[in-house]
Amino acid sequence: MEDAKQSLNNLFKILTRNKAGFIGLIIFTVFLIIAIFASFIAPYDPMAMNFDDNGAIKRLQPPSSSHLLGTTWMGRDVFSQMIMGSRIAMVVGILSAICVVFIGTNIGLIAGYYGGKVDNVIMRLVDIIYGIPFLPFALILVAVLGPGIKNIILAIVLITWRNSSRVIRSQVLTLKNRTFIEAARLTGASDFRILYKHIAPNVLPLSLVYVALSMASAIMTEASLSFLGFGDPTLSSWGKILYSCYSSQAMFKAWWWMLPPGIAITLLVLSGFLMSKAFEEVANPKLRER
Amino acid sequence: MRSMKYILKRILQMILTLFILVTILFFLFRVVPGDPVSMYIDSGLDKESQELLLKQYGLDKPLLEQYIIYIKSMLRGDFGNSFQYGKPAITVIGERFWNTLVLMITSLAISLCIGVFGGALLAWKRGTKIDTVGTILVLAVRCAPVFWTGMLFLSIFAFKLKLLPLGGMNTPGTNFVSLYDKFFSADFLKHLILPALTASLYSAATPLLVMRSSMLEVVKEDFIELVRAKGVKEKKILYKHAMRNALLPVITVFAVQAGFAIGGSVLIETVFRWPGMGREIVLAVSARDYPLAQTAFFLIGTMTALFNLIADVLYAYLDPRVVIN
Repeated sequence: MEDAKQSLNNLFKILTRNKAGFIGLIIFTVFLIIAIFASFIAPYDPMAMNFDDNGAIKRLQPPSSSHLLGTTWMGRDVFSQMIMGSRIAMVVGILSAICVVFIGTNIGLIAGYYGGKVDNVIMRLVDIIYGIPFLPFALILVAVLGPGIKNIILAIVLITWRNSSRVIRSQVLTLKNRTFIEAARLTGASDFRILYKHIAPNVLPLSLVYVALSMASAIMTEASLSFLGFGDPTLSSWGKILYSCYSSQAMFKAWWWMLPPGIAITLLVLSGFLMSKAFEEVANPKLRER
Repeated sequence: MRSMKYILKRILQMILTLFILVTILFFLFRVVPGDPVSMYIDSGLDKESQELLLKQYGLDKPLLEQYIIYIKSMLRGDFGNSFQYGKPAITVIGERFWNTLVLMITSLAISLCIGVFGGALLAWKRGTKIDTVGTILVLAVRCAPVFWTGMLFLSIFAFKLKLLPLGGMNTPGTNFVSLYDKFFSADFLKHLILPALTASLYSAATPLLVMRSSMLEVVKEDFIELVRAKGVKEKKILYKHAMRNALLPVITVFAVQAGFAIGGSVLIETVFRWPGMGREIVLAVSARDYPLAQTAFFLIGTMTALFNLIADVLYAYLDPRVVIN
């Protein structure tokens, strides 16, 4: 427990000491708070059609006091859709990032530490996965397994663990011949202990780089799949807002419908990118001068 | 000799990768919920005709045998018939392939120029307003969804200013006598501008940032100081001495970027209704036209593998230490 508190503290310090990291952290936190309290903030049901006093659908209304970001072609409230959409982006981003980096780090640790045949087999597998065009594959997988947030996360995790595993592995390769590992081995520490007690903490900053990057890329992938029409049909994600905007052919008339989702995705992806830069400087101190 | 061996090894690896891709695809499409009969064959048919059709398609055979037949025919270049178009899937995709390639090569060439010169400029002006504003702009472009940037460009340049067409590859109704005509007519080039610009801005961002930091390394080195001491003009130092030495990491990152760009063509082509492989794969998957989707995916995979191969070989050529390891 004390350990966890300590490392959380360190994490916070890394992000607040670095200008880019700090900006990233602030953007991320704002979206996180919005996502947590989404159901209290959103004034309307994002999927409900809104009608005016005469019973007509409020189609493509520009922003007003009752609809802060106007309405869609189907008379839905864009502001509420945006607020609820932050939840999906957060869930997809955080869950995928944790899974991706957990798998990638462990595979990198094992391949790098054991070397030889184990390493060879794992690295050939990574090579093969690098050969898979990500977005087309994700698209087919989601279409085959059925659109839904779980399958989108599955598609992301199945492919993107490759990035972190390769980099973590090469880091482990340089670590495992250091004297402190040698010393641990001489005192009779088990492989498991050496791997997770001595090597893992040293690759942690690098893993964090990939947590931030994977979050950004997962959010982008979800948005892309939703834009292509393979999003979760029951949820209003940012990508899906853009999909309905594009396919309704109203995007030229309704800037209030087209701009907010794009800006939100850009900001959240940017926050992941900026935080990754801060972690990268810890993982690779040579970069600090730039 | 050593590098020949390396390249050969990488080619074999590429073939293996493609083979595994094809295998994954085969089994992925066979686990689709619902049996092929209900999906591909009209349910209004009576039992006997259904079975006849199953036999015709070879779907009555065991899975493993189907797989072997599938691999064999693929090696002969037979990818099956598209359900939608009623002609060989490879013919349908063949046309789309060139459309994708033209768009991709154009945008990659533009993005390499933007990346190299933009990155050099920002590094040269480091610490100034140009550097700060430029870096923020590049980051924003890198983080914005590419399909959204496309939508923005369409709204501004096509809808508001009416400068360029709203999408597609040529004005409907135009006929072309030859392939040359198709790709070099003014009409085609007009349609090409927006998708190529969107794609190139997006894929320029990463090489640009790499070029910038690589340049920052190079300008610190002694030989630049030496050249400057000799009285060489600043512009010449930048173009002739600094940029040349900063290019190596950019080239490698760019080749990787090229691999990503093929996957990204799915988005660009959908936004701009560009009749390429990427858009076709989306349409085919939506219409459950699996032979067509498989073929498109296979070709996209081959292109990705080729780009990866070029990247590795190029890297090995530029940095010989790779081969030895």
